[in-house]
Amino acid sequence: MAHLFFFYFAGVIVLTSILVVALRNPIYSALSLLIMFFHVAGLYVTLHAEFLAAVQIIVYAGAILVLYLFVVMLLNLKREERYHAQFPIGALLGLTIVTEVLLLAFHGSSPPEPAPSGTSTPATNGVTEVAGVTDAVAGPALSAVEGNTETIGESLYTTYLFPFEVASLILLVAMIGSIVLAKKDIFEQQ
Amino acid sequence: MVEVGIKMAFSLAQIAVVMGIVLLTVMFLTLAERKVIGWMQDRMGPMEVGPYGILQPIADGLKLFFKEDIIPAGANKFIFSLAPILALVPALIGFAVIPFGPNMTVELFGVQVKPFVISDINIGILYILAFTSIGAYGIILGGWSSNSKYSLLGGLRAAAQVISYELNVGLAIVGVLLLAGSLSLVKITDAQTGWFWNWFIFAPPFPQIFAFVVYIISSVAETNRLPFDLPEAESELVAGFFTEYSGMRFAFFFLAEYANMILVSCIATSLFLGGWNAPAPFLQFHGSLAHLAWLSGTIWFAAKVYFFLFLFFWLRATLPRLRYDQLMRFGWKVMLPIALGNILITSIAAYLFPRG
Repeated sequence: MAHLFFFYFAGVIVLTSILVVALRNPIYSALSLLIMFFHVAGLYVTLHAEFLAAVQIIVYAGAILVLYLFVVMLLNLKREERYHAQFPIGALLGLTIVTEVLLLAFHGSSPPEPAPSGTSTPATNGVTEVAGVTDAVAGPALSAVEGNTETIGESLYTTYLFPFEVASLILLVAMIGSIVLAKKDIFEQQ
Repeated sequence: MVEVGIKMAFSLAQIAVVMGIVLLTVMFLTLAERKVIGWMQDRMGPMEVGPYGILQPIADGLKLFFKEDIIPAGANKFIFSLAPILALVPALIGFAVIPFGPNMTVELFGVQVKPFVISDINIGILYILAFTSIGAYGIILGGWSSNSKYSLLGGLRAAAQVISYELNVGLAIVGVLLLAGSLSLVKITDAQTGWFWNWFIFAPPFPQIFAFVVYIISSVAETNRLPFDLPEAESELVAGFFTEYSGMRFAFFFLAEYANMILVSCIATSLFLGGWNAPAPFLQFHGSLAHLAWLSGTIWFAAKVYFFLFLFFWLRATLPRLRYDQLMRFGWKVMLPIALGNILITSIAAYLFPRG
């Protein structure tokens, strides 16, 4: 039963990730990304990481993707042809990842879960790194039967305190950077 | 196997009952809103259909059902059809984790079932937040796919507004979660039993009254109700994101708006006003009538929810619509600092004076 759910979620994740980069209409790409986020959340639920599943949907589907859609709609792109201009770089990256997956698969030392999430990451780009961190947090949480949220909180503020603080600093830098960029005219007047 | 079957059938029956009650409440609300606003503006409200106009919702429903369904030329047909569903489903799905009455178990054919909670998951409130954030997609995509400038502007406004105010909703709730120590709505409600000063709006060590005000204002904004109905501002955008919608698709958006109103009222009741708990222990069935406590519990819950729904009408009849930049400034520069300050003070208070 658990395997059935896993293969369903993994299959849909791979399919929709491919659609995100393959579809020509940016709105359809965003919708595929939305479906993918939901299935990643589903994978978290099968791993008993309900908190991560909810946060995944709130943050990525509820906020970040809405902002993407906002920008796409403002630019009013009908059919974007530039998507397929970076084919050589994409092929290079894809080849690297396929090699990694094959290496992992033939060594057989790793559990089956990481491989499909590895194939889904190229589509999410910036999301990849954060997803990696959350996977690491989901590890210890898996052992706890109850109190998933408490386990994550405790491991974040004890074992992973330093990475957590570093991540918040990085976010702060990004916030300051965006304010500086947006308020350029005010700084120039002074 | 039989046990699983009975549990499943019971859950389906619960879902059917909750959906039925929600849709009936929506029907009632459409009439109540017009009547209440009518009285507040010294008018009669609808009077034509049935005695005293009470059959008006049925007439409205029939009219919408038989209207011609128009898809404008140049619209994206697939997304145009998808958007109303994307708006309605998240609004209805949130009711799954609301405790409508006491967390008691009843034995049915030898199986323990909980009649007043469809599903008690340990991340209840996050589950609701996750799905209400999806509701924005219905509005945004509906506005975009209509191929109309008014709709697109409405959709863009909705996107910006929902993101800004969703943040405030989330931060306002954190104070309550700190005091309750749980994300499950059942456990949060159970932590507020007894007298009304145990409700989180008044509860020691730090009353969540500021969080409550922030939550109410932000949830009005999130449901796109007046005075924050910028996405569908009649005087500027005809009808905003659903300008081009007609018939049942329009009805779906309409249902979604009212179902969202009921949902945020239920959340406010469960988080801040003690859910199904009576304001005083003697105001619910006790002693020899204790087995009927569920009845008084559900009645108190309904009464509190209807108080919030009345508040929605009251605001609509009283306040003028905000300008767009005022809305954004208010959300980010007034509500957000209050919500953040509340979290800071609540966490210090909860650390110094932990709840027994």
